[in-house]
Amino acid sequence: MAPHLGFGVLDYDAAHMLGGAALVLSFALLYQRRVSAVINTYALQGWVLAAAAAWQGFVQGEANLYLTALVAVAAKGIVIPVALHRIVRRLEIHRSIETALGIFPSMILGVGLVALSILVVVPTTLASQALTREDLALALSVVLLGLLMMITRRNALTQVVGFMSLENGLILAAVGVAGMPLIVELSVAFLVMVAFIVFGVFFFRIRERFESLDVGRLDRLGELPR
Amino acid sequence: MSLFLALVTQVLHIALMLAAAPLLTGLVRWLKARLLGRVGASPLQPWRDLARLARKQPVLAENATMLFEIAPVVQFAAIGVAALLVPSFALGMASAPVADLLVIAGLLTLARCTLALAAMDIGTGFGGIGASREMMFGVFAEPALLMVIFTLTLLAGTTNLDTITELLREGSFGLRVSLGLAAVAFVAVALTETGRIPIDNSATHLELTMVHEAMVLEYSGRDLALIDGAAMLKLLLWFTLIGTVFVPFGAAPAGAGPLAWLVGLVCWGLKMGVLAAALAVLETAQAKMRVFRVPEFLGIALLLGLLAAVFLFVSQGFA
Amino acid sequence: MTLPDSLAPVLIGFVVLGLFALGLAGALLPRRAWGIAAAAAALCGVGALAAFVFLLAGAPAEGFAVPLGLPGTSAQLGLDALSGFFLLLLFATGAACSVYALDAHEAEDRRALPCFPVFIGAMALTLLAADSFSLVFGFELMSLASWAMVLARHEEPASRDAALLYLGIATFGAACLIPALALLAPLGPHGLDLRFAAMRAAPPEGWRATAVLVLVLLGAGSKAGLVPLHVWLPLAHPAAPSHVSALMSGAMTKVALYVIVRLLFDICGPVQPLWWGVPLLVAGAASAVLGGLRANMEADLKSVLAASTIEHVGFIAIGLGLALTARAADLPALASLALGAALLHALNHGVFKTLLFLCAGAAQHGAGSRLLARLGGLIHQMPVTTTCALAGCAGLAALPPGPGFASEWLLFQSVLAAPRIGGIAMQTLFAVVAALMAMAAALAAAAAVRLIGVAFLGRPRTPRAAAAEDATPAARWAMIGLAAIAGLLGLLPGPVLALADPALRALTGSDMADRAGWLAVAPTAEATGYAPIVIAFLLAAAGAALVAVMRRWTVAGSRRGSFWANGFAAAPAWLPFGDPATQYGGASFAQPLRRSLGTALLAAREVVDTPPPGDTRAARLDAGLADPADTLLFAPIRRLRERLSVEADRMQFLTIRRVLTVMFVALVLFLAVVALLEAR
Repeated sequence: MAPHLGFGVLDYDAAHMLGGAALVLSFALLYQRRVSAVINTYALQGWVLAAAAAWQGFVQGEANLYLTALVAVAAKGIVIPVALHRIVRRLEIHRSIETALGIFPSMILGVGLVALSILVVVPTTLASQALTREDLALALSVVLLGLLMMITRRNALTQVVGFMSLENGLILAAVGVAGMPLIVELSVAFLVMVAFIVFGVFFFRIRERFESLDVGRLDRLGELPR
Repeated sequence: MSLFLALVTQVLHIALMLAAAPLLTGLVRWLKARLLGRVGASPLQPWRDLARLARKQPVLAENATMLFEIAPVVQFAAIGVAALLVPSFALGMASAPVADLLVIAGLLTLARCTLALAAMDIGTGFGGIGASREMMFGVFAEPALLMVIFTLTLLAGTTNLDTITELLREGSFGLRVSLGLAAVAFVAVALTETGRIPIDNSATHLELTMVHEAMVLEYSGRDLALIDGAAMLKLLLWFTLIGTVFVPFGAAPAGAGPLAWLVGLVCWGLKMGVLAAALAVLETAQAKMRVFRVPEFLGIALLLGLLAAVFLFVSQGFA
Repeated sequence: MTLPDSLAPVLIGFVVLGLFALGLAGALLPRRAWGIAAAAAALCGVGALAAFVFLLAGAPAEGFAVPLGLPGTSAQLGLDALSGFFLLLLFATGAACSVYALDAHEAEDRRALPCFPVFIGAMALTLLAADSFSLVFGFELMSLASWAMVLARHEEPASRDAALLYLGIATFGAACLIPALALLAPLGPHGLDLRFAAMRAAPPEGWRATAVLVLVLLGAGSKAGLVPLHVWLPLAHPAAPSHVSALMSGAMTKVALYVIVRLLFDICGPVQPLWWGVPLLVAGAASAVLGGLRANMEADLKSVLAASTIEHVGFIAIGLGLALTARAADLPALASLALGAALLHALNHGVFKTLLFLCAGAAQHGAGSRLLARLGGLIHQMPVTTTCALAGCAGLAALPPGPGFASEWLLFQSVLAAPRIGGIAMQTLFAVVAALMAMAAALAAAAAVRLIGVAFLGRPRTPRAAAAEDATPAARWAMIGLAAIAGLLGLLPGPVLALADPALRALTGSDMADRAGWLAVAPTAEATGYAPIVIAFLLAAAGAALVAVMRRWTVAGSRRGSFWANGFAAAPAWLPFGDPATQYGGASFAQPLRRSLGTALLAAREVVDTPPPGDTRAARLDAGLADPADTLLFAPIRRLRERLSVEADRMQFLTIRRVLTVMFVALVLFLAVVALLEAR
C-alpha cells in the first residue's frame, strides 16, 4: 500500500482514471443503438476492468489480482463478446435496439444515478480511506447504470449485457479493496459464465418459439393459458 | 528581454499556425485515403488548392451585398485572433494575458455568426438550411463547452488558458476522472465545431446533408480560399486546444530559449500527428449521423461535462 | 454641501417636473408633436448629463422631501448611486427614443403623445423614490402610462387583448408589491413608517423576510418579465409605437429590476440566509433559456426582440441572485463582481435593445410590416438601419468586442467563481445555471442571425419590402447615436463599471475599482481578464493584414452572376428578385431548434398541410407554440375570470331585497373585520 494516497500520486490516479473509463463506457453502453456496438463496448469495458485489476495487482503486490485480470480479459474481453457476436449472426437478430425509454432521457437518468451513488457512498464511508471512496462511488455508478440498462432496453441480449456490465461494477469495487480473496472473484466470474449460458439457452428457446427477443412478449404469453 | 521573447514566440506561433493549418487538413485527408486503400493526394494538396483559388476572381451573385464580401475577411480574422491566443509550442506568449477561454469561445461564435449571416445574404435555400443548422449546433455545443471550461476553472481558478496550462502541466492535479470526462466532452464539441464526421461531412456534396458546405455554396475564388483556409485554421486551433489543455506536456515554459522551443515544436507536431491519425480513423469508421441526432450527441457531452464538475465538487468538498 | 454637488439632484428633479408638464402640454396641444418630442429629448439629455456628472462625482447621496403625498406626510425623494446609475440608463435611452419620435407622426403616435413624457417621468420618479408611497405611485403611473400607449392602436383586437393582459399583470404586480412594502415598513408613531431610511433601520427577519422576497419577486418580476410571468412581454411590447416599445423593453424592465435591487439588496440588508439568491437564479436561468428559445420562434420582428428581452432579464436576474448569495456567504468581492456584471448588463442591454426596437420601427415604417414573412432584403434599400441593426445584434448575440460580450463575460466569471459557496447541491445548481446561460447565449446568437438574416438580408418577400425606404433623418440620428454608445460600452466596460462603483460599495461593501481599468476587466485583482480594446485592435489588425495580403497577392475585383436557385424553375418576369418563397424564412430557420428544443420546452408544433394530388393549392406549413406558462398558469386564470364575470353578471338581475341583503352582509362583514382588528 502506498504510504500516501492522494491526487497527483500515480498509483491512485491511474486506478481512478480506469474507474472513470469504466463509467464512461457504461454511458457508452446506454448510448449505443446497435447490438454489435453494444457488444463491442462491453468488450472494451472488460479490457478496462482487466487493466484496473492488473494495476491494482501491481500496486498492492498481489499476484492473485493478475489472475483476475487474466480471467477478465479472457472471459469478458474475448470469449463472451465473440460468442455474442456469433449469436447475433446466427439468429439474425434485429440489429437495432428497442428501447423502453428514449436514449437521452435514460442518459439523464444515468447522470442522476451517478449523483445518487456519490451522495450515498461519500458520506457513509467518511471513516475509511479518503480516496477509495470516490472509486467506490464509480463502481456503484457502474452497477446502477447496468441495472438501468436492463430496465430500459427491450431486447433480451442488451439486457444480458446490462447484467454483465453490472457485474463488472461489482468486480471493479472488489479489486479496489486490498486483500480481497481471489476465490470470490473467480466464483463471481464463473457465475456470470453460468448466467451467460443460461441466458444463451434462453435465447434459443425464445427464438424458436416467437421469432423475437422481445421479453415483453413473454409477459403477454403468461396471461394466455389461464 | 522576456517581452522580446514573448513577442518572438508570438510571431513564430502565428506563422506556424498559418503554415501548418492546410498541412494538417492535408494530412488527415491523406491518412483517410490510405485507410481506405487509396493512394491519396499529397498532404501539401490543400496548400496548392488555396493558392489556386486565391488566383481566381470570385463570382458574386447579382444581389450580393457588402456584407457578403467582407464576411470571409471577418470570419478569418476572428478565427485568426482566436488561433493567436492558443499556445502551441511555447507558453508565455505576448498574448498570454488576454488568452481567455471564454474570449476564444466568443471569437469562434463571432466567426460562426458572420458566416451564417453571409449564407443568408443571397437568399438561397441552401444558405438558410446551412445557417439554421449551424446555429442549432452552436446551441447545443456551447453548454457542453462551458461545462468543460467550468471544470477547468474549478481546478485552476481562472479562465486564462496560459495559466490553466501552466497549472495542469505541473501535474498537481494528477490524472483525474473529471479531466477525463471533460476531455471526452471537449472532443465531442471539437468535432461539432470543426464540422467533422459524425456531425457534418466536410467532403460531402450531397446537398441535404451539408451544413458548413451549404453555407459557403455561393462563395468562389479568393473568397472561398479565405473561408476554406479559416476552416483549416479552425481544425488546427481545436487540435491545439486539445493538445494544450489535456496533454499539457512538452510546450516550452514562459521565458525559455530556442532549444526549449524546438522541443515544444516536436511535441506539438507529435500531438497534432496523433490527433490527425485518430480523426482519420474515427472518420473512416463512423458514418455521419442524422442532423437531429446531433442534439442528443451533444447533450451527452453536456452531461459528461456536468458529471466532471460534480466529481470535482466531491473531491474538493470532502477529500 | 457645495453647489455642484446639489446641482445634479435639483436638475433631475426639474427634468421630472418638466416631463410631467410636457405630458399635460401633449394632451392640450396635440398638434405640437414635434415640439413636445424635441422638448422631451432635451429634458432627457439634461437628465442623462446630470446623472452622469453625479456618478462621476462619486454619487454623494442626496435626499429631499416634496410636500406632496399621503395626508400628513410628505413624499421623500432621494438620489443615490444606485438610482443615479439607472437614471443614466433611463435618460440616455429616453433621449434617443424622443429624438426618434420627432419624425413619428402616425395616428397611433399622436395618441401616445401625452403619455410618452409622463411614462419617462414616472420611471424617473420610481427611481428617485425614497419612500414606499412615491415608489408605488411612480411604478403604477409607469404601468398606466405604458398601458395607455399599448392601447394606442386600439382598432386592432390583438392590441386590445395585449392591453388587457398587460393591465391584469400590472394589477397583479401592484397587488404583490404593496403588501411587500407594507411588510417592510416598521411601526412608527403615526402608523406605518413608509420612509426607506426607517425601513433600512429595521430589516425584516424570519417569515416576514421570506414573504417580502416572494412578493417582491412576483410583483417586480412580473414587470421585468421573469418566468413564469413573462407571457405578456411578446404581446404587449410590440403593440405600442416603436419608440415606446423600445423604452418598455430597454428601460421599464430595468426599472422593475431596480425595484428588486432596491428592496432586496438595500432595504432588506445584508443579513439574509444563503438561499435567498436561489429563486432569482432559478427564475433567471429559466427566463434566459425560454426567452432565447421564444426569440427563435416568434414571427414578428418586435416580438422577437421582446422575447429576447426576457432572456437578457434572465441573465441580469442570475447576476442578482449570485450577488445575493455571495453577499450572504460573506464574499463581498464575488458579490460586487456579480452585481457589477448585472448592472453593466442592464445598461448594455438597455442601450442595444432600445437601438434594435428603433431599427424594427424603422423597418416597419419603411417596409410596411414587422412580420418576418413580409420583409427581407432590406439591406439594399435601408443600409443605415441595417448597419445599426447589425450593431445591436452584435450586442444581442454577445459577440466580442461588442457591448453584450463584456457584461456576459463578467456574468460567466461570477458564476464560474460561485462554487466556493455552499454544499454540493448548491454547487451543482451553479454548474447547471452556467450550462443554461451558455445555451441561452447561443440561442440569442441564433435569434440574432435569424432576425438579421431573414428580415434584412436575402431577397425581398413582398413588393413593399423591395421598395422600402430608409429611416427618416431624426430616426437615423437616434439609431446612430445609440449604436455609437453601444460600441463605446462594449469597448470600455471598465470605466462604465467605475460609474457603478459607488452603488456596489453601498450594496456589497466592495467594488470593482481594483478589477476594472480602462483597458481590461478581470474577475479578481490578481487575474488577467478580458481586454476589449486589445481584442478589437487584434481583430482590426488581422482584418487589415488580410485585406493587404489579398490586395498584394490575389487577383482584384469580382464578377457578377446569377445564383444557384436550387433547381427551382426560373421566376416570372414580374418577380425581379426571384421567387421569394424559395429562400429560408423565419419559420423554416427556426425548424431545427423547434424540433430539438421547442417541442419539449414550449410545446411547439409544426403541421405541413399538403393538398391532395390534383389540387393546385399551395402547401402550407403551420408552425406555432404554446408557452407552458400560458397553458398552465394563465389559461386557468382566464377561465376563472370568465366564471367570475358570469357570476358577477347575475348580480345585475337580483331583486331589490336581495341587492339590499348583499349590501347589508358586506357592511356587516366589513364592520366585523374592523372590530376584529381593533380587538387585537
